Amino acid sequence: MMDLLNILLSESFWAASLRIATPLIFGVLGALICERAGVLNLGIEGIFVVGAMCGWMAVWLGAGLWGGILVAACAGAFFGLLHAILTVPLGLSQHVSGLGITLFATSVSYFTYRTALPSVSSPPRIEPFQPLDLPILSDLPFLGPVLFQQTTLTWLALAFVALVWYVMNRTALGVALQAVGDNPNSVDAQGLSVYGLRIGAIVAGSALMALGGAFLTMSAFDAFFFGMVNGRGWVCIALVIFASWRPGKALFGALLFGAFDALQVRLQTEMGALVPGQVFLMAPYILSIIALVIAARSADYPRALLTPWFKGQR
Amino acid sequence: MIRIEPRAQTPRAFAVGIPVLSAIVALALAAIPLIFAGANPIVAYGEMFKGVFGSLFAFSEMLTRATPLMFTGLAAALAFRAKLWNIGAEGQLYLGAMAAVAIGSGVLDISGVVLLPLIIVCGAAAGAVGMAAPTYLKVRFGADEVVTTLLLNFIILIFLQMMLEGPLQDPMSLGWPQSAPVLDQGMLPPLMERMRVHSGLILALVLAGVAQFMLARSVWGFKLRAVGENVAAARHAGINVKRSLFGVAVISGGLAGLAGVSEVAGLKGYLTADLSPGFGYTGIVVAMLAGLSPVGVVVAALFIASVFVGADSMSRAMGVSSFLADLVVSMSLLCVLIGGFLAKYRIIRSNKAGATS
Repeated sequence: MMDLLNILLSESFWAASLRIATPLIFGVLGALICERAGVLNLGIEGIFVVGAMCGWMAVWLGAGLWGGILVAACAGAFFGLLHAILTVPLGLSQHVSGLGITLFATSVSYFTYRTALPSVSSPPRIEPFQPLDLPILSDLPFLGPVLFQQTTLTWLALAFVALVWYVMNRTALGVALQAVGDNPNSVDAQGLSVYGLRIGAIVAGSALMALGGAFLTMSAFDAFFFGMVNGRGWVCIALVIFASWRPGKALFGALLFGAFDALQVRLQTEMGALVPGQVFLMAPYILSIIALVIAARSADYPRALLTPWFKGQR
Repeated sequence: MIRIEPRAQTPRAFAVGIPVLSAIVALALAAIPLIFAGANPIVAYGEMFKGVFGSLFAFSEMLTRATPLMFTGLAAALAFRAKLWNIGAEGQLYLGAMAAVAIGSGVLDISGVVLLPLIIVCGAAAGAVGMAAPTYLKVRFGADEVVTTLLLNFIILIFLQMMLEGPLQDPMSLGWPQSAPVLDQGMLPPLMERMRVHSGLILALVLAGVAQFMLARSVWGFKLRAVGENVAAARHAGINVKRSLFGVAVISGGLAGLAGVSEVAGLKGYLTADLSPGFGYTGIVVAMLAGLSPVGVVVAALFIASVFVGADSMSRAMGVSSFLADLVVSMSLLCVLIGGFLAKYRIIRSNKAGATS
């Protein structure tokens, strides 16, 4: 019990929680934007991979860190556009299209990586984003290490939470986006383009997802590995439901997941002798399922989610 | 003006034509990454063809690769017919494989007449449980089965590692995470001398035939299709939707479990954590290429297996990454999806007066 308390009071635990939550924040926000507009994007897992690979490779080729971020976002937007074309004007199964995008994006990334680097024993490394070093703030006790020694990308993720919340709740665009996910006919009746809004939302959301992937290779680690995304995209899909499609709750869900993941790593070292380590590795995924079960009944689904809409056809 | 109009009736030729065309388009599109990788596409296609049809051994390797894909393809096809999104075949495959080695590797030293059927039944049951659980969460709590089955894949894979370092570990493996081998009498017999292709293939073919018959001719199949087409109408017609969903969940999970049994007791003989290179996920592509028809699954699995085996051989000969196969597979899924749109809708170009041209 004392051990647990020690962990929960340590600054390294809270810093790790926020660090682990960062890619999930990007991913959950991206998935949230797509679903708010009425389209499920199961391409997320593959878009994470593409973001991780492209961001890393751009930096490795000398584009600079922010150049890498831009490349990752564009790559994500490209695969998002593909998903958007298949699911919006063509109205195809969002499940199958999304899984197809995941398989396609993953294999494109792996093939490109392998072709560019045919036989390397250890993956080449880049100089990743460094922890912030702000005067005074970074030296604050507790808050310094937890908040002000994260990398810029973590702050970018937090800024996006605020931005998405603002756009969704305080702008006409946000109202239109939510309407297109609830009742596309009403949007069409007002003379707005249902296709345009949905496609735009998917492209923007996918770019955000790719940033989550880019965080992995450009901040959390400094190289690209096969299988490094490891289900983070699917966790985001579960977290969106847990968050009832609200940006603030999405941040909370991602932080909760990050805290739990950070906790399991620490408990593993504390209790490794008593319980096999895999029990702790499993825990975050099980937690996601539990969160889903709890939230599913009360979830306030966008009413037109998964329903294709065709112009001139009611 | 371009208008999209639903077809009153899908032409019959589309059912076969679209998947075949999609496969060809995907293969043709693979020329782009091949050129990107500095290979001559024509030579590469030649190598791929030789890698599948160049010798009896190559062909038998393709059949060996197709066997698990038939099981996972059937698992996806039947579930998708009922609009039950089982994306968890990968995990269910490993559940089946774990059951197979748990029972087959010496716990019960009984004769083959009993042991082999027991392994098959228990493997299928393990897979069935793996799909029944998320279906329960869906029916009881409304938890989306896409997400739960996907997450379960990761949970089961970690559970597998735990078992392979614990209870299922071979004491003779010198600490390597690998199970003890399945007893000889528990193995699915090979089909050809000195070849790896085994009788799991026969089992898959028989099950595809049974599934085709049941789906088309039985009351069970009729109910399943009704639930998939319109849940509300099915319920109104007095079909017990929950029972139908559980039924297809158990069968779908069982088939995926059999993929694991077939790989362990037919091919490898023991279980490691890299038994499946994503057979569960590829099964979804197989099912979609097959138009969710069980007989189609057999053909689609043969095609996808040819792509994998051919690409492996091409990769060895020309040094192009074998991830090319994954590219072809994913592109054929996207192509068949677009093809499905063309089957359902007509694209009509019309001028302002509304006359069609």
